[in-house]
Amino acid sequence: MNQEKPRGSAEGNRPRLPETRSVTLTVNGVKHQLQLAPWTSLLDALRDHLHLTGTKKGCDHGQCGACTVLVDGKRINSCLTLAVMQEGPEITTIEGLAQGKELHPVQQAFIDHDAFQCGYCTPGQICSVIGLVNEGKAKTLDDIRDLMSGNVCRCGAYTNIVKVAQEALERSTAQ
Amino acid sequence: MSAQQIGKPANRVDGFEKVTGQAKYAAEFSAPDLTYGVVVNSAIAKGTIKNIDISEAMALEGVLQVFTHQNRPGYTWRDKDYQDKDSPPGSPFKPLYSNKIQFSMQPIALVVAESFELARYAAMLVKVEYEQEPHDTNFEANLPKAYKPKKYKATPPPDPRGDAAAALASATAKVEAEYAHPSEHHNPMEMHASTAVYEDGKLTVYDKIQGVKNSQQYLMKAFGLAEDELRVISPYVGGAFGSGLRPQYQLFLAVLAARELKRSVRVVMTRQQMFSFGHRPKTNQKFAVAAASDGELQAIKQEVFAETSKFEDYSEDVVIWPGVLYNCANVELTHKLVGLDVYTPLDMRAPGGTTGIYALECAIDELAYEVGIDPLEFRIKNYSEKDQNKDKPFSSKELKECYRQGAEKFGWSKRKMEPRSMKEGHNLIGWGFAQGAWEATQKKAAAKAVLTPEGKLLVTSATADIGTGTYTVMSQIAAETLGLPLENVSFRLGDSSMPMAPLEGGSWTVSSVGSAVKLACEKVQETLLELAKKVDNSPLQNASIEDVIFSDGQILLSQNPTQSVSIKAALAQNGGESVEAEATQQPADKQQNYSPYAHSATFVEVKVDEDLGTVKVTRIVAAIAGGRIINPKTAKSQILGGAVWGIGVAMEEETMMDNNLGRFMNHDLDKYHVPVNADVHDIDVIFVDEQDDIVNPLGAKGLGEIGIVSVAPAIANAIFHATGKRVRELPITLDKLL
Repeated sequence: MNQEKPRGSAEGNRPRLPETRSVTLTVNGVKHQLQLAPWTSLLDALRDHLHLTGTKKGCDHGQCGACTVLVDGKRINSCLTLAVMQEGPEITTIEGLAQGKELHPVQQAFIDHDAFQCGYCTPGQICSVIGLVNEGKAKTLDDIRDLMSGNVCRCGAYTNIVKVAQEALERSTAQ
Repeated sequence: MSAQQIGKPANRVDGFEKVTGQAKYAAEFSAPDLTYGVVVNSAIAKGTIKNIDISEAMALEGVLQVFTHQNRPGYTWRDKDYQDKDSPPGSPFKPLYSNKIQFSMQPIALVVAESFELARYAAMLVKVEYEQEPHDTNFEANLPKAYKPKKYKATPPPDPRGDAAAALASATAKVEAEYAHPSEHHNPMEMHASTAVYEDGKLTVYDKIQGVKNSQQYLMKAFGLAEDELRVISPYVGGAFGSGLRPQYQLFLAVLAARELKRSVRVVMTRQQMFSFGHRPKTNQKFAVAAASDGELQAIKQEVFAETSKFEDYSEDVVIWPGVLYNCANVELTHKLVGLDVYTPLDMRAPGGTTGIYALECAIDELAYEVGIDPLEFRIKNYSEKDQNKDKPFSSKELKECYRQGAEKFGWSKRKMEPRSMKEGHNLIGWGFAQGAWEATQKKAAAKAVLTPEGKLLVTSATADIGTGTYTVMSQIAAETLGLPLENVSFRLGDSSMPMAPLEGGSWTVSSVGSAVKLACEKVQETLLELAKKVDNSPLQNASIEDVIFSDGQILLSQNPTQSVSIKAALAQNGGESVEAEATQQPADKQQNYSPYAHSATFVEVKVDEDLGTVKVTRIVAAIAGGRIINPKTAKSQILGGAVWGIGVAMEEETMMDNNLGRFMNHDLDKYHVPVNADVHDIDVIFVDEQDDIVNPLGAKGLGEIGIVSVAPAIANAIFHATGKRVRELPITLDKLL
């Protein structure tokens, strides 16, 4: 989509569309130059423009966590930020965690613990667990439960997700 | 010797795709020049559209069309062309049919544009003027107008047995109580979406649905299409819980737009729009139960009032549970509907069971207290050995073993009967019990198996995997039947060109599709044996299929396993061709004489803060009699999920109607509360041994719904035990406890 000039007419009350601009996103170590309207969320930029559909849309309002990605290692809801605000930092999505067939340990743990069913919240949960470890705040099981509560799993895999997070935290303290 | 795939806790075969983000859901398939559709919904609950002005939206460059009732093409508008495999009796909703508004948030226009953002913006510019009419959305106010439907969607209420009124009048112990269950919305994490890909006049539709054949047939009827003009694909479904049993309006609108514009169109609902179609109906239940002083049940009277729409008579199995769960001579059951100006309710995980068993199990708990008998003891005393609705024995019922193992794991014997008698510091401790059942149905289903000369097996069936583990368990069943390693087997589903499968619901997929997979693989076995006989000096020369077993890539004589032919050697006799078989499996006649049910016993511990009234469900022990367990890992996840849903039912979920607007108020995940991680603590799952050679050829019962049914009543009963307070209106929020 390339919109060089405002679309629609400026006359009367007729609506105007925002101008697009060039946005450079660094996703999974690769720089992508996109021509985006400023109202494009990071989530929609990833899914519709970069075709990285591993990041999921579950509510578009920051209420479910399905769109969680890592920005400079910090977990955020990609539906609550605009793509134009994310030029510069390293964005990591679920597609950027495995090295080919070699899964990230948290991805493998999700499979081993059956920490998902339908799989739709899973990319967000995985990024969230990695973000949780990076934050270093969770010390107890109840901490994990609280700090993972921004990621809704309607299939109800929570007890298994907690096991994954517990293991990931143990791995990080062992290192 | 056998590969023994059935019973192994195998990891999900679709796990890699799901944890890497490669699994594609309906809104994630792309097409050249894809366009984006955004739905405009009605602001009123009842009336007509006086005027709908699309000019401002259309003036935007990049907006292709705004479809409304005024400009939609003239297709068939007969009711029967819009009925699908899960339609209740009545006149189904037809998107953009006319200017008539039947419910709040009814879809009234579809804006299609070159980008999603543009379509979303243009949708805001559609101006609608309404002629509003008074709406009926108030359930309580419309109770006096409750009616018995001409036809029940579900089982009609069983006939009365004995004389409940007389037994109630003369009983020594009696409880009369009314239980309320609110409307609830499924809210799968993936929103409903359809991507209609238009190519050379033909359509490939990626749809979020619990059965691609249902979407395909719906579209064929509604648009007058031939089977070869339309293919529906749905490899992954991001949860559904019943919301995908019926084709939803985004499917119709995406296909309508794609056909008119001759372009590919994607329509995705917003989370708010996920509250604009089916839901679990609001239900009131009046119970009167009576027992003798020794605890023998003497009467059960259940009167149900449940919400439906004004255009379809939706009903579910709310009143069959007394006859399934209790031995009782005097029973009277009624089920009436309350028609409202809302969208038709829709089957939601264990429809009828979740509501019916909740109220029954709370009433029984109350009666046990009235008599003064331990609630578990009371169930044992009134245990039913047969399904009294059908007057047939159960195909199997190891519920007593669930009681025993569950009680032992939980420590039930240490329970003190008296409410408020168990404390831990600030917290009142409550231990509650409830039991449940869910029908173990088998439906007609088909599957196709193709074994390549290299020994790779591909099995297909047009079923779905909504997170239940279909891919994995079907692969295990096929691998076991043909004695192949799991990695040599792949199972594919969710394509309307595949062999017929029923809707993926009702906990019948393993039973139905699994049995068809087994049969198709057994047909492959027969061909393989014939081929094995052609091998030089074949030791299987005189063997019949009953004489051999398939294990570890070999066909072996069961009497003398040293005598064998490898499957590869047999395949080499087929001239480089694959061995193929397609099979349709139907329920066996012997099932007619039995009633097949899975059973559950749920033990719950809650901790209630005495001052604040906050409730924590600290422990759940779910003991399940579900027949043969194909995969203990995915099976456990089904029960865990059911338990989490039970927490939601008991304490969190409620879609609240604003009767002034006639609209569900809390239509997002901020205000419609589903359980989050912090709400869930220890859940133990026990599967007791249960042999069943009647239920289906696998001996397995479905597990998708048995896990939820007895959780909410066990929590409610635990809260009573902790606090001494009976809250008979779900969800049990702290305002009701203080």
